[in-house]
Amino acid sequence: MPSDTPVFAAEAVSCTFGHGKKLVRAVDDVSFTIADGEIVSLVGGSGCGKSVVAKIMLGLIVPTSGSFLYRDNPVHDLRAHWREVQPVFQDPFSCFNQFFTIRSQLTSSFGIMKEKPSRKQMEERVDQALLAVNIKPPEIEGKYPFELSGGQMQRMLLARIFILRPRVLVADEPTSMVDACVRANILDYLMKLKRELGMTIVFITHDIGLAYYVSDRLFILHGGRIVEQGAPDEVTLRPKNGHTVRLLEDIPDINREWLRR
Amino acid sequence: MAPIFEVDDLRLHYLTRFGEKIHAVSGVSFSLAKGEVLGIAGESGCGKSTLVGGCMGLFIPPLHPTGGDVRASGVSLMGRTPADVRKNVLGRTVTMIPQGAFNSLNPTRRIRDQAADMIASHEQGVDRRRIQERLRERFSLVGMEPDKVLDAYPIQITAGMRQRCVILISTLLNPQVVIADEPTSALDVTTQKSVIRMMFDLLDKGVFSSMIFITHELPLLRHVAGRIAIMYAGEFVELGTTRQVVFDPRHPYTKALMGAMLSAEPGQKGRKPVAIEGAPPDLSKPVAGCRFAQRCPQARDDCRVERQELRTVGDREVRCAYAV
Repeated sequence: MPSDTPVFAAEAVSCTFGHGKKLVRAVDDVSFTIADGEIVSLVGGSGCGKSVVAKIMLGLIVPTSGSFLYRDNPVHDLRAHWREVQPVFQDPFSCFNQFFTIRSQLTSSFGIMKEKPSRKQMEERVDQALLAVNIKPPEIEGKYPFELSGGQMQRMLLARIFILRPRVLVADEPTSMVDACVRANILDYLMKLKRELGMTIVFITHDIGLAYYVSDRLFILHGGRIVEQGAPDEVTLRPKNGHTVRLLEDIPDINREWLRR
Repeated sequence: MAPIFEVDDLRLHYLTRFGEKIHAVSGVSFSLAKGEVLGIAGESGCGKSTLVGGCMGLFIPPLHPTGGDVRASGVSLMGRTPADVRKNVLGRTVTMIPQGAFNSLNPTRRIRDQAADMIASHEQGVDRRRIQERLRERFSLVGMEPDKVLDAYPIQITAGMRQRCVILISTLLNPQVVIADEPTSALDVTTQKSVIRMMFDLLDKGVFSSMIFITHELPLLRHVAGRIAIMYAGEFVELGTTRQVVFDPRHPYTKALMGAMLSAEPGQKGRKPVAIEGAPPDLSKPVAGCRFAQRCPQARDDCRVERQELRTVGDREVRCAYAV
């Protein structure tokens, strides 16, 4: 049941690294709220601070100043937080241990739960999750991460999400390492998570086209600040900020002149 | 004009430790004229990157040539040892731009030293000071500040800058053909544009003569390539001018690939990108019939039996008996 409490509420959040002359303001006075059941995209080029915001959401980085609340509470107990908020990262190969089979790692993800289901139930849930991402369980039986392709591994990361069914998913560039066909698949699974499990999804990307396709609301980031936000149609069709215009123009599009030579 | 680079019926296979042969590239032919940019597109695992190794004549086990020929200015690149290829072919005749710039640079050495190595290892007895001048010239040519970049370690510069350095280093010896294997896939859209602009700058200024651009992004190819080849399961399934392939695709696979694309345009939000169901065939066994037949929406019974050959349909080559 969606509640009225915002999932994330950020108030004047800043995050800096280093000190003195070398101080870097990765996130600079950012405020936003994300409602239950929403798909929100954070869009920006390299170094705009979008991944730092993702890590703040996951509790991996504590903001330097400002208040950051998850359902009205600050993030303290990380294990409890991760029961509700789970990530999908860009590079699936760096998320899985090369020395264990994929199946054993998927099963071990139940370790985050307070009460583990029985062995049989766990195996069933893993099977269901694999089918949810269009992989037949025998296909990965006894296989190790390096034996699968990048697209298959990215689907394994998503299978983890289907297993754990968190309330919130933070997807940090989940499609930037895969080809166009797999990308369409992964976007489909994200929509499925929202539709079937009512998940709140924070989608982080540099491709405003993808963000436009999946999200209910867009945030455009530049230099650690939110420079523009709004409904996808509003932001992409009538952009007001120069950085948004730039992001839109830089996507190579079939029907528009892109590179003048 | 005579083509400067020709690939003729190139067949390549990987030999696994179980003695199994995986035919990653089977019968690819194309030629490149001076100043031309050929785009090769296809999904992961279709043999794009294997083809790169073949085009350089660089066969490092488990990759082996099965047959066919690669010629640069009429000289065959086949049948050479890897050491010979590295010394006499790479850098001067054919050069490759890899995807991950970070993996291609040594993190413990300055860009200047790595670039100087490139020249020193190919040209015997060249003057050290002369090398530094050449580096300076080349970096200034594309509007980079030589002193700032050359003295940096790879970690001190941005990802886009690193990729630009890799491109400049690999083209230092003015090669004839540049093979760019997903050169911008790891970069964000804004950086991608500036990197590609620099590559064309080098092409226009005559640093290299022609380019093979490999990517899975068809919209990007539309802007960079003059001709496009679509690759599937080790074969070219469609080869034609950019306009023909992108705007009027004839092969069912090309059409499906175009259907999987998205763009932020008015009225596109409801349009669902259609992923192609299924997986490419297992290339360790001989494939009967058309290789795309298992996933093709228009496949007929004889498609699964008869091998398809490239044939000319409306000025382009298509590997489909029913393409019109």
